[in-house]
Amino acid sequence: MEPIEQIRVRAETAVPGAKIDIVPNPGPANQLSLLIDSAHATDVARFLRDDTALRLDFCSNVTGVDWLDRTVKRTSKVKRVVDGEEKEVDESAEEKIPGYLEAVYHLYSMAHKHGPVVIRMRTTDRGDDARLPSLTPVWRSAEFQEREIFDLYGVHFDSHPDLRRILMWDEFVDHPMRKDYVPPDDFEWEPTPHDEVLARAKQHYTPRPQLDGAEKITTQPQS
Amino acid sequence: MSATMETIEAMERPPVTMSSRLDGELLEVSMGPQHPSTHGVFRMNVALEGEIVRKLKPVFGYLHRNHEQIGEHTSYLGSMPYTDRLDYFCSMTNNWAYALSVEKLAGIEVPERAEYLRVILAELTRLQNHASLLGFLLSDMGAWGTPLMYAFREREKILDLFESLSGSRMMCDYMRFGGCRVDASDEWLAVAKKIVDPFPKFLDEFEELILQNEIVIARTQNVGKLSLELAISAGITGPMLRACGVNYDIRKVDGYGIYPRFKFRVPLGEHGDTYDRLMMRALEMRESVEILKQALPQIPPGPIVNPKVKLRAFRPPVGEAYGRIEAPKGELGFYLISDGGPNPYRYRVRPPSFINLTVLEDMCLGHTVADVMVILGSVDIVMGEVDR
Repeated sequence: MEPIEQIRVRAETAVPGAKIDIVPNPGPANQLSLLIDSAHATDVARFLRDDTALRLDFCSNVTGVDWLDRTVKRTSKVKRVVDGEEKEVDESAEEKIPGYLEAVYHLYSMAHKHGPVVIRMRTTDRGDDARLPSLTPVWRSAEFQEREIFDLYGVHFDSHPDLRRILMWDEFVDHPMRKDYVPPDDFEWEPTPHDEVLARAKQHYTPRPQLDGAEKITTQPQS
Repeated sequence: MSATMETIEAMERPPVTMSSRLDGELLEVSMGPQHPSTHGVFRMNVALEGEIVRKLKPVFGYLHRNHEQIGEHTSYLGSMPYTDRLDYFCSMTNNWAYALSVEKLAGIEVPERAEYLRVILAELTRLQNHASLLGFLLSDMGAWGTPLMYAFREREKILDLFESLSGSRMMCDYMRFGGCRVDASDEWLAVAKKIVDPFPKFLDEFEELILQNEIVIARTQNVGKLSLELAISAGITGPMLRACGVNYDIRKVDGYGIYPRFKFRVPLGEHGDTYDRLMMRALEMRESVEILKQALPQIPPGPIVNPKVKLRAFRPPVGEAYGRIEAPKGELGFYLISDGGPNPYRYRVRPPSFINLTVLEDMCLGHTVADVMVILGSVDIVMGEVDR
């Protein structure tokens, strides 16, 4: 398969206006990925699928990743005048990267039997209305997997044919795969009520009424 | 008592005929999750016109326990026994897919003997999975019990082999990063050979008895057809894809492990119907036997685990990797992101049978309710993997 840099250049020329970056992968697997801007994602995906040299007709794996806000320390050499002399000094700067949600697609070609080409899309923030374009019209295999990302990560896929929760039930409110997800503690019934769990659960309930009719039952035989 | 019966009988009722009551009206039926032919707790919301399926929406999640999140909260090794519970019929291949992905993530070599053991165990897994699938499928068609027990007799022999090697019949937890957990003795290999050699006899018998059966042919041929284009677009993998005639077997395409050393063919279907999917399993079992017959005598002596790999406090370098194998049900992949810590930052399972269900509706439309059961059976699903 052609190198990923070449794929990037060809995709950018084929889809005018598209901005594609290569995301490095420092590990030994060496699977680099293409970061695609949301506005042109569908066109780029169509190009990857239909291009005669690539023919990435098989979208194998679609998944979400949650990246929290993080600070990255970067050291750079800066020239500075110290005691009248120009010296190179290490200067560390902290860069704050706001969090985002990511959708990752692993593409293979059944026609040419090569792959994987990894493409990713990022949302602008981790808010409740995080949006990405759906690639289900391009690859049908994304249908259930994008639903799963919507369910577990809370990414809304525009123009998805049937965007509903898939693994959790419809009334569920949160997105459990997010890194800052807190499991609920208002258990209806705790089979083995440990003291700590019971104390937490009790905060959610009004105490049971003391008079529930049971006090009227007596063990005395009725005459 | 008799008075009420008389009043009921005297009541005027509108005449019920199928055409007048159901013509043009759709009846919504919830099939499952407790239906025995749904292979676990799977539900389909089906809209029926008479007996014909007009709409079908699968409902998942009855067995959902967020396997992926549990994987992110435990160490890399800690997830290994839990992968057994994904597709609980094929724990060996689940182990292999996970081990392969971690090996890609950390750049670990696997010794040769371990690679042979992995191939042997994966092919044995394929044999018992496909055999029991055929049994279950016939059970769905109404051949209650007997064919299933017939298949289970063979499966039981293989599970005994797994038990004597790993200590457990189904939850094997056998593979490790960079190798396998325990070595197979010469006696074990001899017993394995004794089980594999007569396996084609079972296949001959089974095929003659069942796959040429008139009822089976009537119930499966031209039922649940899947077109080649849709299969590729929907990411169908495994025997279900090859039944449509797509020559895509990851053992050949990726050549992972030591599969390029073995000579085997990839069976392909022509029609993409349920019968082809059924035959695909029978033919693949024969090829698995071929691989086993080559691998069992060739297995070299040597270490079974890479001594450089630390089991405790295992921390792969920062990076990500996607590894995949040809599991009996299709492409089983694990996508792992490491942030350098002891737990994976992201742990994703690409379950083959979940994605193969994408086209369930497309295959079932226009068929009867009874056919839905057969079509679903031919997809080969396991809910432990679908719902995770």
